[in-house]
Amino acid sequence: MPKIRCNGREIDAPANATVAALLPPLPGPLCAMGVCMGCRVTIDGRPHQLACQTLVRDGMEVTTP
Amino acid sequence: MTDVVIVGAGIVGAACAYELAQAGATVELLDPNIPGSGATAAGMGHLVDLDDDLSRYSVNLWHQLAPQLPKQAEFWNCGTLWIAANDAEMEEARRKPGVELLDAKQLYEAEPHLRPGLAGGAVAKGDAVVYAPVATRWLLEQAKAKVTRRAVTSLDEIQAGAVICATGAMTAKLLPELPIRPRKGHLAITDRYPGLVQHQLVELGYMTSAQGESNESVAFNVQPRPTGQLLIGSSRQYNVETTEIDPPILDRMLTRAFELLPVLRDCNVIRTWTGFRASTPDKIPLIGHLRGNLYLATGHEGLGVTTSLGTAKILAAEILRRPSPLPPAPYRPERFQT
Amino acid sequence: MKHYDVAILGAGPAGLAAARVATGTVVLIDDNPQPGGQIWRGAPQIPVPAHVDFLPQTKVFDAQPGFTLQTVPHGPIRAAKLILATGARELFFPFPGWTEPNVFGAGGLQALVKSGKPIQNQRVLIAGSGPLLLAVAATLKKAGANIVGIAEQAPLGRIVPFLLRYPAKLPQAIALRASLLGVPYWTNTWVTRFSNGTATLNNGRTLNIDHLATGFGLVPNTEIAQLLGCRLDDGFVVVDSHGQTTVPGVYCAGEPTGIGGLDKALAEGAGQPYNGAFVRDLAQAFALNPALYDLAEPATLICRCETVTKAECQPYREWRDAKLQTRCGMGACQGRLCGPITQRLFGWTPSSVRPPLVPVPARYLATAQTPPAPESGRSENAPPAHR
Repeated sequence: MPKIRCNGREIDAPANATVAALLPPLPGPLCAMGVCMGCRVTIDGRPHQLACQTLVRDGMEVTTP
Repeated sequence: MTDVVIVGAGIVGAACAYELAQAGATVELLDPNIPGSGATAAGMGHLVDLDDDLSRYSVNLWHQLAPQLPKQAEFWNCGTLWIAANDAEMEEARRKPGVELLDAKQLYEAEPHLRPGLAGGAVAKGDAVVYAPVATRWLLEQAKAKVTRRAVTSLDEIQAGAVICATGAMTAKLLPELPIRPRKGHLAITDRYPGLVQHQLVELGYMTSAQGESNESVAFNVQPRPTGQLLIGSSRQYNVETTEIDPPILDRMLTRAFELLPVLRDCNVIRTWTGFRASTPDKIPLIGHLRGNLYLATGHEGLGVTTSLGTAKILAAEILRRPSPLPPAPYRPERFQT
Repeated sequence: MKHYDVAILGAGPAGLAAARVATGTVVLIDDNPQPGGQIWRGAPQIPVPAHVDFLPQTKVFDAQPGFTLQTVPHGPIRAAKLILATGARELFFPFPGWTEPNVFGAGGLQALVKSGKPIQNQRVLIAGSGPLLLAVAATLKKAGANIVGIAEQAPLGRIVPFLLRYPAKLPQAIALRASLLGVPYWTNTWVTRFSNGTATLNNGRTLNIDHLATGFGLVPNTEIAQLLGCRLDDGFVVVDSHGQTTVPGVYCAGEPTGIGGLDKALAEGAGQPYNGAFVRDLAQAFALNPALYDLAEPATLICRCETVTKAECQPYREWRDAKLQTRCGMGACQGRLCGPITQRLFGWTPSSVRPPLVPVPARYLATAQTPPAPESGRSENAPPAHR
């Protein structure tokens, strides 16, 4: 099971999960299909990444706005 | 009868309305489009002192106006950092009056993301940025000016004590006898990257692009917005009428931007657009009486937002027969009349 | 630059149906990590055919005549023929609290649960309009959610005649309903407010919930069609009986030609026309109640990206004016969310589309002729994250 760190906290992620599925609550409504831009987070140092279209990878570091 | 009819409700027309209304005139503006939606909205809103009387005077006027502007006008005294790539440009920077010189070390302290190997720079601390569409609307509201959505095809048919043509690049169509040429520009704006850039960044070579007559040129000009977004410019093209993005020139413009600020390569662009400057042969605007009841406030090239306030002061003084705050002769349209 | 005979944009049912029958060299492009679109998310009932190059996680940000598609991360791709199967997005409608955390699109929450979001024993209210609400409820219930109810804004008196007119759809509807045994389905019902985990309904009832899933129907994704100059009618791409748009060589299938669901997408994807009456009747059955237009309060956000309220929007008669003065629609979603809302609330005409269609790293705009090297992992050049 891959593990990611989100805002410093370790989370076990199901295989094939998207990052968006594991985030703490963000302002809604989230579309989860790459349109609303509401789930954009910093992934491995890159800002403005769409969490809903990014599959988790072991060791990924995620920071929410 | 309305005292003054202003054709064109961009920042220049709005500034004229504001100035004349302050003097007690009733003012009407005519524009087929929304106020401030032409070059006013397309430009950066960089308030820049280019070492000439009009831009210096105008930047000072913006500082005086700033405390009254609504916060949505986003006036921000971020200063301009003129970038010197080499010793020759550093010499040029030294010749700029009223700037704070930066050596290479100070340059990178001020703007750590600039490419390595630059010589230094000069900071013009008085320069600022403003969100011009909101400033335009505010000026119109203060003037209590009537704004009518109407396309004007002939300036001579308008009944008024004075008619001011403030139509920017459209002047080329309305008054084809004037030596005004539309000069297309491209801009891109990024997502929010707060703190990435602190000053309006301009390469010293920018003046060559702006004041030269090259058919097509690009120059590095990046502006941080208070939102953390970055505006990326600049390009200049003559003899193009379409408003569409021109991918090769956008490519050139961005490539130039990456050369000086490599971090931009990975910044998201969320929007690109174009606009038209009104360019005169000497790159000095046309301010003053033309014929009959017709006055001009146009031909500001890339400096319409900056010099709108100074333009309005000079023109209002002429129309109201008051002393001019600056010697008006350099701006008079008659310099092009044979 | 890679050349193909056919480029299919969108790997949902319409795109996959098109891929199955497409001949020559074919590329299938989708911005999601897996094929299937929203409805088959990750588990497509039509597999990606072996002869097709599938490019997942690929965004098309510009489309030029000829045709050249500008993409991230693959750079430009050329194709002689385009099939636009770009699907639809959800229509969100503002009410006090609609931008609170734990509010999701109905399809959005469904997608997140399919993508691994834990939902077991969570109390979920599904509110909005259209057949999608039932499908979402079924998925969530199967994943262990506690569905407290489905609030459908349309009245029963319009839904029943619609179902009776399309008896072929009845077994599907009955099966869905059966899978939702014990879940209340309230018609003529909507959420008037959501705050701190409490949803208030228009009948005055309040519900304590963990998640609110809301969607008021679908908005077609027509941006690429518009960039290419295809004619739209009432927001939908106009096609002939072969699915060709008004631009020769550009075809369109599925929701962008009219919201009609899976059967329509499969038919059109395969190049067959679909019954237009169904699309009209579906839209009429679930037409929005005008009372929804009054739910947003002056302080309710209309544009979430740029935090613009209803009160700030109201003085403007045109979107262009509001954009310039308030930034409404100028944020990262580029008006995808607030455009359909402001069109309905204020009568603003949506503005024309311009490239880039999505936020795109600047280098992709500067290297239009050659694909930039794809990146992986952490980049030393990445702009620093804020906060």
